[in-house]
Amino acid sequence: MAQVVLQQVAKTFHHQPVVKGLDLVVPDGSFTVLVGPSGCGKSTTLRMIAGLESASQGDIWIGGQRVNELPPGKRDVAMVFQNYALYPTMTVFDNIAFGLRNRGIAKKECKRMVEEIAAVVGLSGYLQRMPSQLSGGQRQRVALGRAMVKQPQVFLMDEPLSNLDAKLRNQMRVELSSLHRQLSSTFIYVTHDQVEAMTMGDQIVVMNEGRIMQVASPLDLYHDPANLFVAQFIGSPAMNILPAAEAGKLLGFRPEKAVMLPAAVQSLVPESALVLRGTVVSREVLGSDVLYHVKVPSGSVIVKKDPESLLETAAEVQIAVPVECIYLFDQATGERIPARAEQMPRRFLAGGMS
Amino acid sequence: MRQEMTPAAPASGIGARWTLKRMADLAQTLRPYAYVAPAMIFFAAFFFFPIAYMIYLSFQDWSLLSLDEMEWAGTANYEALFADADFYQVLKGTLVYTVSTVAIGIGAALLLALWLNRKAKIYGLVQAAVFSPHIISLVSVAMLWMWLMDPQYGLLNAILEFLGLPAYTWLADTKSALVSLILVSVWKGIGYNTLVFIAGLQSIPREIYEAAALDRSPGWKTLWKITIPMLSPTLFFLLVINTISSFQVFDTIYIMTQGGPVNSTNMLVFYIYEQGMDFYNGGIASAASVVLLGIVGALTLLHFRFMEKRVHYR
Repeated sequence: MAQVVLQQVAKTFHHQPVVKGLDLVVPDGSFTVLVGPSGCGKSTTLRMIAGLESASQGDIWIGGQRVNELPPGKRDVAMVFQNYALYPTMTVFDNIAFGLRNRGIAKKECKRMVEEIAAVVGLSGYLQRMPSQLSGGQRQRVALGRAMVKQPQVFLMDEPLSNLDAKLRNQMRVELSSLHRQLSSTFIYVTHDQVEAMTMGDQIVVMNEGRIMQVASPLDLYHDPANLFVAQFIGSPAMNILPAAEAGKLLGFRPEKAVMLPAAVQSLVPESALVLRGTVVSREVLGSDVLYHVKVPSGSVIVKKDPESLLETAAEVQIAVPVECIYLFDQATGERIPARAEQMPRRFLAGGMS
Repeated sequence: MRQEMTPAAPASGIGARWTLKRMADLAQTLRPYAYVAPAMIFFAAFFFFPIAYMIYLSFQDWSLLSLDEMEWAGTANYEALFADADFYQVLKGTLVYTVSTVAIGIGAALLLALWLNRKAKIYGLVQAAVFSPHIISLVSVAMLWMWLMDPQYGLLNAILEFLGLPAYTWLADTKSALVSLILVSVWKGIGYNTLVFIAGLQSIPREIYEAAALDRSPGWKTLWKITIPMLSPTLFFLLVINTISSFQVFDTIYIMTQGGPVNSTNMLVFYIYEQGMDFYNGGIASAASVVLLGIVGALTLLHFRFMEKRVHYR
């Protein structure tokens, strides 16, 4: 267990800045997820913490010790790789035991530890198998076992679930979360999948183009995004963004916060609501919900509804969004305009106001 | 009665259709054979027939001077071959040459590959330099080394002299001639072996080394426990082809030593050549060729039998 601190950490590859001066505190025992689109620098950050890449600038601290010059093996971290990186020529037992042997742990003790971990990750019957004889999920467990057996201060995971099928991924997500609760170690987990980030992390670091866009808990990120990037990256489907009535401003609302009715219906729309009129372009029935793609005068939006009263394509609709559910952003900087819409003059809202 | 009344034309129509179907089935069956036939004819004409004919010739008494006077000799050629003391010396020399060339050639190439498997430009240049002997004709290589190894005017002895070391006899002495041939062979083959090793090294995923670094694996242990086992298919391939080519060494011997001094560098293929071309013993030459085929075949089988178990194919 240890706190990980990054101070102004930067990485440059061939004069190309990839990570640009990160300041981050990963609390002791937290499950911190680094999330962002491909190429945002999240894996490079993780690799710098592991010691697999050197930081071009800044300091990395693990458990109060500056580790910039320490080799990976001396940082007391364990890493689970995207493709598991198991040793293909060694049995499952040897894969898990390799790190222990290199630490000089006695043969008998080593065997006991490997067997104990194998039981935890459900591999007891597979210790003499080669990695090539295992399924994707089992290989994943070997990689986890190999990391866990070293009892590291920090677990680093680089998209460890991305090679698994959807069902197994969901299962492993739950297992990893419960493993974190059992071990109470610090987990730093990299993913590009915001669903993974939201469901597993207790602290999420959203990154873009080598910079941290926001650090917050999953719900805070969702309900209180700091900027346009986070607002659109977190949440599925993404937040709807439309130009606001006032130049240089954008307004956004979550698809599930909008109420959509056929245009002909005379509804009781509250005075302080944004009302948009439009046409249903297409719909996606997901079972529990239906996503409607609606063309409105200022762009197109997605509205999430329950499937009870299905609206047909080409239907004329009215969409009402309570003002307290509307977010405003600065178009130039992408930064959130802090006050919510109800505190903003009505002129900020889009032309569709009724 | 009804059957008798059945018109003949539709019946023959069914028969014709049935024949057509049979022909189509037959064509379907023969098609794969037709596809592989050109390759099989090529192999039969240029591989299987010469081997079979060589075995046939090994039981004949014949010489290149009197090809029309071929006589059945039974096992006489084999008896003469195994009674020849020179043949055993040749076999021993071939074995020493093969084991040394393969062991030194592969070992040195592995070390070179480990050193050269880096990204900087200079390593690419060195790789090209190391590979260059492979593309030079063996005759040129042999001529070059004859000059380098000349006891009086050669560059190697000049260097030894410059360093204050005693001159070496190189090709002129029975003890040093085989060593000199091994040196030339290793030099000629090292570039190819190194290149194949580098290709093997580059196919090992980087993450495995990273996992080993996180597992605190020291360099030598990573080499022994990860790199070499991961290179085993490459190692196995090089072992087989180097063994076969070393067993068949001819050019360097023909140009540099002619099997001498005192038969010390005479090896199996050169012995076959001598028997057939110099002594006109076609039968013995054929019998020795069959022995060579047997040894190389047996060695290859042994490699596959015992080594392949240790080879890890991904």
